[in-house]
Amino acid sequence: MDTNKRFLVGVYDDDDEVMAAVKAVRSNGIKIHDVYTPFPVHGLDKAIGHPRTRIPMAAFMFGCLGLLTMFVFTLYTMAIDWPMNIGGKDFYAFPDFIPPMFEFTVLFTAFGMVFSFFITNGLWWGNKAVIFDLRSTDDKFVMAIDTSSNQKSEAEIEKALRDTGAIEVNVKEVIEEEA
Amino acid sequence: MSHVSAVVRPPLVTGGKSYHDITEDVCRQVEGKPTASWKIVFGISTIVLLLGTASVFWTWWDGLGNWGLNKTVGWAWDITNFVWWVGIGHAGTLISAILLLFRQKWRTSVNRAAEAMTIFAVICAASFILMHAGRAWLAYWCIPFPNTYGSIWVNFNSPLVWDVFAISTYFSVSCLFWYVGLIPDLATIRDRAKNKVSKYIYGLLSMGWNGNTKTWFRYEYVSLILAGISTPLVLSVHTIVSFDFATSVIPGWHTTIFPPYFVAGAIFSGFAMVNNLLLIIRWTFKLQDYITIEHIETMNKIITVTGSIVGIAYITEFFIAAYSGVEYESYAFINRAFGPYWWAYWAMMSCNVITPQFFWVRSIRRSITWTFALSVVVNIGMWFERFVIIVTSLHRDYIPSSWAMFSPTIIDIGDYVFTFGLFFFLFLLFAKYLPVINMAEVKGVMKSSSERFPYKVKPNTKKPGEHVTE
Repeated sequence: MDTNKRFLVGVYDDDDEVMAAVKAVRSNGIKIHDVYTPFPVHGLDKAIGHPRTRIPMAAFMFGCLGLLTMFVFTLYTMAIDWPMNIGGKDFYAFPDFIPPMFEFTVLFTAFGMVFSFFITNGLWWGNKAVIFDLRSTDDKFVMAIDTSSNQKSEAEIEKALRDTGAIEVNVKEVIEEEA
Repeated sequence: MSHVSAVVRPPLVTGGKSYHDITEDVCRQVEGKPTASWKIVFGISTIVLLLGTASVFWTWWDGLGNWGLNKTVGWAWDITNFVWWVGIGHAGTLISAILLLFRQKWRTSVNRAAEAMTIFAVICAASFILMHAGRAWLAYWCIPFPNTYGSIWVNFNSPLVWDVFAISTYFSVSCLFWYVGLIPDLATIRDRAKNKVSKYIYGLLSMGWNGNTKTWFRYEYVSLILAGISTPLVLSVHTIVSFDFATSVIPGWHTTIFPPYFVAGAIFSGFAMVNNLLLIIRWTFKLQDYITIEHIETMNKIITVTGSIVGIAYITEFFIAAYSGVEYESYAFINRAFGPYWWAYWAMMSCNVITPQFFWVRSIRRSITWTFALSVVVNIGMWFERFVIIVTSLHRDYIPSSWAMFSPTIIDIGDYVFTFGLFFFLFLLFAKYLPVINMAEVKGVMKSSSERFPYKVKPNTKKPGEHVTE
């Protein structure tokens, strides 16, 4: 079932302003849906109250998986399945297998982490972007507030946005697919 | 705050640009029709690519007998070109990964083009691997896969197998890093697109990016970790390339100095190539306010540093050959400098050791003409370095009756021309259809490093020794 959600969209001109605005609006007791910026504004995630990301942990796990995969693979191919005497070395000549193990660690870390990033953020080829204001990928900083999840009236929210320096406040209806 | 920058640092974005100006300036050539000059250069590189393709086709069709190789010099032109191209690629990763870890803000306006250069240079290098495999359709034998011969596996003790893993990992991770960085900018182009086709294509590529806080937050972590793993990766790649030589028993090859010496040389030649490409880009796309003389000067300083490391490596190698007292080693080096290939050795020495020292002079390293010319010279020198290492070490075999010389055939030259055609063909496509400057990252350093915004550092008014209470 599709439901229309009504958002108030505050458009800001400057990254420092939107940062101050987020703090002010939140302390005013208004729940912010999200802020959309053309580039990463440092500290905004803390201001908006997001928890720490677990992406580094995922990256580490994928790295371990890559290392283990190549360790097992070199062990199986070189020492178990078809051992060969190469230059009189041990069948499992560990130092020689460090380069491929390292490369696999990097490979798994990179791809595992980036695809985790894609999936957790709903990024995928063919996905449609939910855009509150087209200029948010150019030069505007956009704060979206879901009216239904806030107790305050729209007029109050709009005033809070204007007071914190929003150059425009627009209304946007977004069709959100319910799971 | 992140907006703090020292007052003495020159601005990285000049011309009083605003956030919107960046979008306009970078998107202009993506959205506009191809210019006449682009069409001409693209046409030329396509013709060069086709001519080269004929040569590569003949290499595969008729076999490696078409090359100038002989029984003594079994590695020459192909490996020289392979190492040269891989080396050039290294500068892109240095800019995008190592300089990110060092928090160098000037990297933001050059990293996109440099990374593109990396990817295309690695493609060119890989094409030489396929060519010198002779029967390119059997190149998959480098990959360990279950087969009906045993299964008999690849030899993981061999640096050539390590190279397969290193180069393929390097290529795929570089592509991934580049693509992740492109997504926000592709979204910018998508949101500005006027016609349906570009809206669809850029929309597909930008994967529904909308720049929300959480995505940016994670994006920054992803970039940082990708930079963190790409840094040892890029060092490992040229280290392993140098192992191809260093683990052998050929005098002149089996030296422990090779890994650092190769990596420094790679960055040296790569920055020279970045300089050449960026000087052309900033001029044709009118991006002088983003790729400023400061950027060029900084890159020239890196060229001087790495060039000097390479120079020291040459001299150290020579000294150690004499000091070791090993006759064969000493002979290999005396033969390099005064043997039949003396001209290649002295071309390498003068291009690589003397050229970068010109950049000690401020007016030279800030001059566009000098930078362009010296960068070309550096790349010629670095090509000769690989030629000298490979050919002069091989051509005097252990038995004088096996001594031989190498000279390239027309097919050898044609194969090299092929990679130039391929490189510029791909680079021109990139320059036209993708943003050549990372808009999001440049916008991110505007507050600290552009002319438009006043510096936020307050002048130091405190007296020396005064207690700071903040």
